[in-house]
Amino acid sequence: MIPPAFEYHRPTDIAGALGVIAEHGDEARVIAGGHSLIPMMKLRMVEIAHLIDLQDVADLKGISVGETIRIGAMVTQHDLINDEALAEAAPILREAALQIADPQVRYCGTVGGNVANGDPGNDMPGLMQCLDATFTLVGPEGSREVPAREFYEAAYTTTREDDEILTAISFAKPSSGYAYEKQKRKIGDYATAAAAVLIGKDAGKITSASIAMTNLSDIPIFSEAAGDALTGTDGTGEALDKAVAAMLADIDPTEDNRGPVEFKKHVAGVILRRAIARAVDRA
Amino acid sequence: MAEKMHLKLTINGEQVETLCEPRELLIHVLRERFNITGPHIGCETSHCGACTVDLDGKSVKACTLFAAQAQGAAITTVEGLASPEGMHVLQEMFREHHGLQCGYCTPGMITRAWRLLQENPDPTEEEVRFGMAGNLCRCTGYQNIIKAILAAAAIMNGRDAAADDAVKTPEEVA
Repeated sequence: MIPPAFEYHRPTDIAGALGVIAEHGDEARVIAGGHSLIPMMKLRMVEIAHLIDLQDVADLKGISVGETIRIGAMVTQHDLINDEALAEAAPILREAALQIADPQVRYCGTVGGNVANGDPGNDMPGLMQCLDATFTLVGPEGSREVPAREFYEAAYTTTREDDEILTAISFAKPSSGYAYEKQKRKIGDYATAAAAVLIGKDAGKITSASIAMTNLSDIPIFSEAAGDALTGTDGTGEALDKAVAAMLADIDPTEDNRGPVEFKKHVAGVILRRAIARAVDRA
Repeated sequence: MAEKMHLKLTINGEQVETLCEPRELLIHVLRERFNITGPHIGCETSHCGACTVDLDGKSVKACTLFAAQAQGAAITTVEGLASPEGMHVLQEMFREHHGLQCGYCTPGMITRAWRLLQENPDPTEEEVRFGMAGNLCRCTGYQNIIKAILAAAAIMNGRDAAADDAVKTPEEVA
């Protein structure tokens, strides 16, 4: 399993990476942790003439935590899990990242690669819907910001242009209860269904609720209606039933080796109930 | 045809260099150019962990990295763990607790456990299981691998592994 020959580039800044893309067009592609791209290259499902390794681009690293949290695209899942300030400010990221793949993959896999690849099985895109994050894209025309909720168009298709690099994600510090709940066949697997939930509560009533689902459509699903069903309630009983029903109306799973559609809907309901209960409890 | 690149690595403390194509995987370069055959090729799809090596302080699957990505890196493989005085305590404990049957996964297991114990020197059984989740063994059922790693941790922390409850089976504790 050896991919076709390619030229290897290792720029030290974003301008250098954009320069290689400008020169070689769609024959060039960036590589972050490589744990989605290298398997595809080995299977020869993707052929790349110019591979641009971003590991030496310092501007793509680092996590800054304030009222706004910013995570560089090349921050690995391992770095993210071990960042104490981030875990304090937005613990849902650590909870989700610990459920991605396995330790070796988490040392390599990056947040930027996970969100930019557009794989419906990846966990970070759904989490970014929940957090209402913003992605920063840099291309020949400069930099632009795209809301995560507008980024995904179809499986592996996003609003990122071929000559743009996703450089960072940012989001407001979440001030609420949280849970990332994932059902998978075995450790390291993609989700059969996963739910990201953030809950704000005041005097026993839910004041804000954000709910997003992973691997239950060809893009991550932000279910505004599910969140609305919880607002103003205590998040149990009829409100919980309504939230689950609203979520089920928003997803569109397809049958595959993780199960038939009815099974996936069943699992989606179970994990969303668990996630809401845990998030409400923590709020 | 891409040009060959001049690859420089430090493998188990020794500086080495070779010419290779960028598309060559790290596991192939280690095994075929440097005769470092401890890391094995198991699934070759980043699932099994038999190819695990330590790269600049990270456990990585050498089947899912191009050697080019490791340019300039310091790599430790199972060959680098023993000292002239004898085997590493992890190796001793894998033997003591029969943490292998066919042995194919063992170099990856031990190299991963070596990094795990540096990051978490006194792990619980659950932490060992979670930390070893990237390494598959099709023979042992894992029990003895977990015991071996817990026993090594106990010894490295100055405790008598034979007296350590974490290393014993539930029957032995009772």
